[in-house]
Amino acid sequence: MRAILIRRRLVDLFAFLFASGATLFGLFWLFWILWTTLGQGLGAINFGLFTQMTPPPGSQGGLLNAFYGSAIMIFLAVIIGAPLGVAAGTYLAEHGRHSRLASIVSFLNDVLLSAPSIVIGLFVYELIVRTSGHFSGYAGAVALAMILLPIVVRTSDEALRLVPDQMREAAFALGIPRWRVTAQILYKAAMTAILTGVLLGVARIAGETAPLLFTALNNQFWSGSLGGPLANVPVVIFQYAMSPYDEWHELAWAGALVLTLFVLGLNLTVRILAKRSSK
Amino acid sequence: MTAFTPVIRSRSAAADRAFNLVTAGAAWLVLVVLGATAASMAWGGRLAFQTFGLGFITSQDWDVVQGKFGALVPIYGTLVTSAIALVIAVPISLGIALFLTDIAPRWIRGPIGIAVELLAAIPSIIYGMWGLFIFAPFMAAHVDPLLSDTLGGWPLIGPIFTGPPIGIGMLTAGIVLGIMVIPFIAAVARDVFNAVPPPLKESAIALGSTRWEVLSRVTLPYTRSAIIGAIFLGLGRALGETMAVTFVLGNAHDLSMSLLMPSNSIAAAIANEFTEADTELYRSALIALAFLLFVVTFIVLSAAKLMLLRISRAHGRTH
Repeated sequence: MRAILIRRRLVDLFAFLFASGATLFGLFWLFWILWTTLGQGLGAINFGLFTQMTPPPGSQGGLLNAFYGSAIMIFLAVIIGAPLGVAAGTYLAEHGRHSRLASIVSFLNDVLLSAPSIVIGLFVYELIVRTSGHFSGYAGAVALAMILLPIVVRTSDEALRLVPDQMREAAFALGIPRWRVTAQILYKAAMTAILTGVLLGVARIAGETAPLLFTALNNQFWSGSLGGPLANVPVVIFQYAMSPYDEWHELAWAGALVLTLFVLGLNLTVRILAKRSSK
Repeated sequence: MTAFTPVIRSRSAAADRAFNLVTAGAAWLVLVVLGATAASMAWGGRLAFQTFGLGFITSQDWDVVQGKFGALVPIYGTLVTSAIALVIAVPISLGIALFLTDIAPRWIRGPIGIAVELLAAIPSIIYGMWGLFIFAPFMAAHVDPLLSDTLGGWPLIGPIFTGPPIGIGMLTAGIVLGIMVIPFIAAVARDVFNAVPPPLKESAIALGSTRWEVLSRVTLPYTRSAIIGAIFLGLGRALGETMAVTFVLGNAHDLSMSLLMPSNSIAAAIANEFTEADTELYRSALIALAFLLFVVTFIVLSAAKLMLLRISRAHGRTH
């Protein structure tokens, strides 16, 4: 009897140690990666990073054109993807709530959410780059919008479902037409959660590299035009990290640090704000 | 009731219809994106499928000069690295989920949960860079030689662990993938564990069960299909992950038993070679690879979603 008790206790202790160890193991990588990025990136960050263009091999430079290209493509992707995503999310949560279409879309949206982003990149290549004959910032923005779309669909769907039904019933009882209930009452109630979703989506597409490789490509020079190849942070990091030049490696680390700080900072801020507003 | 004249009512009915139409159209767009992606990959890859037939999947030739393309090496590399990733990620993720639901003191659950989610938020290119500059040299200096000297001499499994200590290869790629997949599986598993009705656990505890017994006899049996769903979700991610793998896999079109040897994966081959593909057939072969990847991940992710749906239905959620 006693032996069984001891064995059960030991097994339990082992499970306890394993679960704690697994958590430490997971956090260990997070800290290792952050530590490396900080250590390598901090030394490479200077004023020139934000004022100079990407340099030719073997000389100094910055990432100004890449930052600009990334910012403008993310902006455009949000302009395209966010309204469509919110509209589709509205259909799933409100206007088509129990329809067959809504359940199919809801299912496939989750598949699209985890689909390989490189395939999206190839799709946009076939769709825009091949038909127009050249790489372009527009193609990159469309690819990013396609990554953003399912994220916004899912989060706005969930945000609208969190609005209590009493609010809908009260509005309908006042005789307000359905579209006004959605546009003027439900959106207002769910606004914080919808915005949270869009911002988390921005954090996600900011680091996406694969869909930009064959769409925006890269551009070593300043280009304000979205009609041609456009420099962007992830692809510059990729190309510079894979190159044999030390100067380029440094720039890649500096870009990696800025990107990581941006993505993690946005994530943390959004989560903290969302938690505060829900309290 | 002057506000409800028939004119206004019919106008608002029209606005309602328009609103309905716009939102339904946006919902259709999700289906269109998914369908058009599949169709476009099938269309773009048709030349390769026509030229090589089934041989495209079974041949390991990847000869750019002679225009011979077989997908066996990238398919093999994708499957092996994903398998290594799951071997690492599944036990660790379940451990983290258990820690976050049952073991950790309440005040620490939030911060650790957020830390795990941050691990998922780090862009994959950062994993790739860290893998190339930090982790691969570490593997080359410490892990690869150790494996070669010990396991490498064993019968049967020896060839799997012999190879030059270069740090770049399927084992390194698999480990990096595993680290990337941990937060995805752990987050879903945590939610699934939390969905177990408290009375079930409480009854087990009241009968004197230890934490391990509650997990193994109550929680896991109750959540089995959803946990498999979470694992499939991680598998879907691992199969399609591009940047992290591209950096550390070595882009070698050789079929090798050894996990220490460089290899290729579908996503890495596309990322590395697509902009350099100078013939129609070459490009088509890469798009055909993307088509295969898309179909496989679609099946895996659909299966994951179906298995996760079961528990949310049982849990009374509406979606």
